[in-house]
Amino acid sequence: MPSHQTALSRALDNRTFLGLLFMLPAAAILLMFLTYPLGLGTWLGFTDTKIGRSGIWIGLENYEFLWGDAVTRLALFNTLFYTFVASVIKFALGLWLALLLNKHLPFKAFFRAVVLLPFIVPTALSALAFWWIYDAQFSVISWVLMRMGIIHQYIDFLGEPWLARFSTIAANIWRGVPFVAITLLAGLQTISPSYYEAASLDGASPWQQFRHVTLPMLTPIIAVVMTFSVLFTFTDFQLIYVLTRGGPLNATHLMATLSFQRAISGGNLGEGAAIATAMVPFLLAAILISYYGLQRRAWQQGSGDK
Amino acid sequence: MTTADATRQIVDTQGMNYLVSLPRRIVTIYLPLGAFLFVLLFPFYWMVVTTFKPNEELLSREGNPFWVKAPTLAHIKKLLFDTAYPEWLWNTILVSVVSTFLSIFCSVLAAYAIERLRFRGSRYVGMSIFLAYLVPPSILFIPLAAMVYKLDLFDTRLALILTYPTFLIPFCTWLLMGYFKSIPFELEECALIDGASRLQILVKIVLPLAIPGLISAGIFAFTLSWNEFIYALTFVSSSEVKTVPVGVVTELVEGDVYHWGSLMAGALFGSLPVAILYSFFVEYYVSGLTGAVKE
Repeated sequence: MPSHQTALSRALDNRTFLGLLFMLPAAAILLMFLTYPLGLGTWLGFTDTKIGRSGIWIGLENYEFLWGDAVTRLALFNTLFYTFVASVIKFALGLWLALLLNKHLPFKAFFRAVVLLPFIVPTALSALAFWWIYDAQFSVISWVLMRMGIIHQYIDFLGEPWLARFSTIAANIWRGVPFVAITLLAGLQTISPSYYEAASLDGASPWQQFRHVTLPMLTPIIAVVMTFSVLFTFTDFQLIYVLTRGGPLNATHLMATLSFQRAISGGNLGEGAAIATAMVPFLLAAILISYYGLQRRAWQQGSGDK
Repeated sequence: MTTADATRQIVDTQGMNYLVSLPRRIVTIYLPLGAFLFVLLFPFYWMVVTTFKPNEELLSREGNPFWVKAPTLAHIKKLLFDTAYPEWLWNTILVSVVSTFLSIFCSVLAAYAIERLRFRGSRYVGMSIFLAYLVPPSILFIPLAAMVYKLDLFDTRLALILTYPTFLIPFCTWLLMGYFKSIPFELEECALIDGASRLQILVKIVLPLAIPGLISAGIFAFTLSWNEFIYALTFVSSSEVKTVPVGVVTELVEGDVYHWGSLMAGALFGSLPVAILYSFFVEYYVSGLTGAVKE
């Protein structure tokens, strides 16, 4: 066998060389279009770059301006409010739905498949359906409430600040509950029925079984699912863009929609990048809380030395 | 069969549920489940009804809005022949298919390297793939837009094909790592002893065994690219390069009078392809979703 071929085949047998070779395509794309833009975004936040004009370093000026900007503060409040309310309700409803689907039911597979539909169709398109359902003049919800005699004029769901906030939150919950429910259902199915049999032999009520068997066994997956749910909700863009574009009176502007408005519609790439960068600490905090929460949990359950 | 046997059989299949009476089951299970299904499916029903409703019925507060008295195909005809909808559909298919295959190719190699070759530092690479999976498009689109302008890719399909893998590759790699992990090492060792190269092992042994994982990753990646919105909204501006979600939202919503019929028809036909694909591969999809969340 010629020597150059052995050198090549020896290199191809070397795990490190081969490993790096196999990593190359993915690493090239991710480094160029993910890692580099992350850094570039942070840098842009410190410049006054506009669309079509490269900017210069202006230090913290963008952040100072945004700190004093009432709209940005409102957007931060909206984002936190939206994330908190939507995540709590998504968790409660998702867990409830998962528990229901975990019962012995006819057509269980069919129900499970259908439940996930809101999560898999394009959010921008289902948001359009919500836009039509929330229409100020022809809303079907208003029609039903009128017929039932509960209201006397059509509700302008997206026209009043607080009403618009809750309407967009409702649409977000609609989209997010299936994800939480199906992933928690997968967690529920891993809990062995013998725990419940043992608990009920000991006289535990259904609530006690839920509280002392289901919840502790489910905690790790709850933490992971809710981290994802919080990240998705905090960085939500499509729903708001389609339903309200941030209005009325910026009452539904989230950080993501505001950064789009400032950077792309308004052309201030630097300012928009600063808003987007300001989201990062919140995301990191959510990830770290869940990570350390999980670790402490594992330690409490006596597997800390793993 | 004695009664005791029958009871035991019920206990075996239903756990302790036989203790719960039927009326109680209706109130605690079927009613809430029915309410959930109604709310979760109503927007889709509403899309379908609106698609076939003539304008007089749409813009009237009289009559029963939940049913169509005189169904019409006018909205669909308008959508298909008076708008660029067919082009958007073609763009969406093209971009989704190409970026899915590109991402699967990169992810298979990366996942195999991280999970099976275990080169030096592979654990850290695996961790950073997971972190990359957590980076949301909402914080990447501005710098990416700047790059797209610089690289002269603005308003091209290539801009989308190159940027979608940023969220597809981390997801697919993470998912495939889980599948590769479940394939016994012994199979690979046998092949190595028989003189197979690593590439042969990957193609002839690991991939055939990981087909369910490949299908999961492929379906999921296709759906994610089909549904993508913020990149397509930012990097593309001419009608002929738009994808369905962006086209429907930006071009059918113009002026003061909303054409609800064709708007809902656009939403319906943009949702149907993923819904149909999903209905064929529900199990793969669910295992992809839950597999990606597990650690």
